[in-house]
Amino acid sequence: MTTVQPLIRARGLVKRFGDFTAVDGIDVEVLPGEAFGFLGPNGAGKSSTMRMIGCISPPSGGELRILGMDPVRDGPAIRARLGVCPQLDNLDPELTVQENLTTYARYFGIPRRVARERARELLDFVQLTERADSKVEPLSGGMKRRLTIARALVNEPEIVLLDEPTTGLDPQARHLVWERLFRLKQQGVTLVLTTHYMDEAEQLCDRLVVMDGGRIVAEGSPRALIERYSTREVVELRFAAESQEAFAGKLDGLGERVEVLPDRVLLYVADGDAAVAEVQALGLTPANVLVRRSSLEDVFLHLTGRTLVE
Amino acid sequence: MVSLVLPRLVDVSAASRRSASVAERNIAALKSVYWLLLVSGFVEPLLYLLSIGVGVGALVGDLTLPGGQVVTYAAFVAPAMLASSAMTGALAETTFNFFGKMKYMKLYDGVIATPVQPFEIALGELGWAMLRGGAYSAAFLVVMAAMDLTTVGRAAAAFPAAVLVGFAFGALGMALATFMRSWQDFDLMGSAQFTLFLFSGTFVPAEAYPAIVRWLVEVTPLYRAVHLIRGVALGTGGWSSLLDVLYLVAVMTVGLLVAARRMGRLLYR
Amino acid sequence: MDGESGAVIVVDVASSARARPTRSRVPAFAVLHYYLVGYRRTWRAGVFSSFLLPVLTVLGFGLGVGAYIDQGVDGVPYLDWLVPGLIASTALQVALGDSTWPVFSNFQWVKTYYAQSAAPLRVGDILAGHLLYVLFRVLTTIAAFLLVTGLFGALRSPWALATLPVVALLGLAVAAPTFAYSASVSSDSWLAMLFRFGVIPMTLFAGVFFPVESLPEGLRQLAYATPLWHAVDLCRAATLGVAPQWSVAGHLLYLAAWALGGALLARRVFRRTLVV
Repeated sequence: MTTVQPLIRARGLVKRFGDFTAVDGIDVEVLPGEAFGFLGPNGAGKSSTMRMIGCISPPSGGELRILGMDPVRDGPAIRARLGVCPQLDNLDPELTVQENLTTYARYFGIPRRVARERARELLDFVQLTERADSKVEPLSGGMKRRLTIARALVNEPEIVLLDEPTTGLDPQARHLVWERLFRLKQQGVTLVLTTHYMDEAEQLCDRLVVMDGGRIVAEGSPRALIERYSTREVVELRFAAESQEAFAGKLDGLGERVEVLPDRVLLYVADGDAAVAEVQALGLTPANVLVRRSSLEDVFLHLTGRTLVE
Repeated sequence: MVSLVLPRLVDVSAASRRSASVAERNIAALKSVYWLLLVSGFVEPLLYLLSIGVGVGALVGDLTLPGGQVVTYAAFVAPAMLASSAMTGALAETTFNFFGKMKYMKLYDGVIATPVQPFEIALGELGWAMLRGGAYSAAFLVVMAAMDLTTVGRAAAAFPAAVLVGFAFGALGMALATFMRSWQDFDLMGSAQFTLFLFSGTFVPAEAYPAIVRWLVEVTPLYRAVHLIRGVALGTGGWSSLLDVLYLVAVMTVGLLVAARRMGRLLYR
Repeated sequence: MDGESGAVIVVDVASSARARPTRSRVPAFAVLHYYLVGYRRTWRAGVFSSFLLPVLTVLGFGLGVGAYIDQGVDGVPYLDWLVPGLIASTALQVALGDSTWPVFSNFQWVKTYYAQSAAPLRVGDILAGHLLYVLFRVLTTIAAFLLVTGLFGALRSPWALATLPVVALLGLAVAAPTFAYSASVSSDSWLAMLFRFGVIPMTLFAGVFFPVESLPEGLRQLAYATPLWHAVDLCRAATLGVAPQWSVAGHLLYLAAWALGGALLARRVFRRTLVV
């Protein structure tokens, strides 16, 4: 196999705001055509990293190359080939849906005629054709998000940066966004996204890094991370008591690992049903029992001792 | 040699194209009432001219300028109305509207994710303000010539002067806007603007003020703007007009540089 | 008097032992109190624009231009002639400023009126309370302005105190219909249009800066129709100590008609929007 040049390459990348270090020396490589994710809780440094990759935030230290160029010196040239969907939609409230796309296209120097044509195609792609002449304000959260994604595609970018693409959307709207992003991925567009939803990372990412406190604590494919840092199944036990601690003590020796959360106890095991039988054999009667597959949430819990979404 | 110069030229044309795309957005945003408001903007200085220049002018009679020329009060006031309306128009677009776009609509957060850079945003917004202000100034100059307050030739010469005044205040306003914390700060700016409007040799020759006030007044930008346009429109300008031009060019340059630098700091966090 | 205790009317103490929410005897005063609380935080910013600017106008325009008007106007120095005009036009500016964007915002942006209409207040209370606040702003501004111009010696008669009720009536006459207007427009650009085509022409041509007699016939009739001219004529008569050009009763009735008509219109528009 020949070595592929990474589209994004960071070595010891640092971002400081005054005394606060948001990103604390991370190494990342994103290859052409892959969907790469930054998974972590709020404040992990994901958005700061994305802003540096988007060339709108100068790094405080380390090395960063995007499309083989230096983001500080070649900012405009790099941004010409990026598509950015920021965490908060910053659509233009004084323009219609379609004008949001056409005026944005002009910032990239795309001729008016081409811009109109592309806006039409993109509105079709994100299923907003019927709202083309509507203002932005009355759109639902999911529609605004899709419009922001369409706007990020207006320059036919090689890399699309998506900062928490589905945060704040209802389940139906999320699935619609995921489905569109999946289609982009199939078309060969490189996706870089941040999320604090493990299901989103599992759905979309070929490879991801888990971030916590500005550092990368693990890296790999979702499957590989789960295999490495968790068991096949998880039993969630909820006891009808003030404290779960007392019961957790009695579970010692059951499964590979026990995690105690404020409202439930997690039992990491290879076979969930067998473990439930053992719990009952011990004479314990939890109010609630759930057997499920391990997820990235469990990986994160294992790596940091904290949950992703508090 | 060619290879040294050419990339620069390409860069300049790309930068001006990108600045133009920022102004283009404003044209797309022109809708219904706002459009009406924009088009009717030129009536305000005209109303002032008719009220103060003609109405109060009837009480004042003719005015003898320090140079000895005798002019009607309307002819004296008209250039000042043009200068102050160029100031007001440029400041409205580059402070109030600019601040709203930057802080509330977060418009530029989206723009900087594209190849467009802060300096180009500043230039584009300023260019747009000038397009608007230039049209008002032209309309006002046509009225001045029609009312016989100046000659057609002098009116034509006063046009670039009015545009320069707009550019200077527009750049100054944009620099100020990057320091504004909230809408309350605009009250202060509005008051400062009105104070300048009253005391910049607008309604009476600055020579009428006590010496200390006069010196103070003569270093303010609106005084220089009034002085420049009045000199051209009445044909009384001389070497001191050159000083006005240099002063306004300096204000414009410093304003633009400060604005671009501050915008970079505010947007590229 | 601090705003808190001064504005709230003493409430009935419920006769039962348990405290019940009570209504002030005059609900509009409770609404006025709301605005006064806000005013305590922002009055400093308002002082400059609503009070110092007219004083600067007296200095910059009245004194400056006055020096070039040798014969004065109607036998009095230009400054003395101008000041009563500025009293009325300042009242107009303050009243209009407080009945445009704030009212629009209370419907469209901050939605204060909707919050108030969820309380046991009638539409009339909400409207009256806000109008009272506008009145408060007009009166405090003009009182301060009178004090300063009095020190300048620009008030020639003790009748100058009569300008206070006059500007109060003018404030109502222009604010009430403006409340109705601000409540019915769809975009705040229309408010800017009101200033451009209503307030500014009125200020410039209704006898504040020069006598309306020098206007061409048609325009003069238009100036007579504005509420501002009537207030200017009354104020001028008061500060100069002369008889007004029109009968005092005629002026007052005309302004009262604007105030009453405007208030009725505003109440209708408010009710249409708030009671659905």
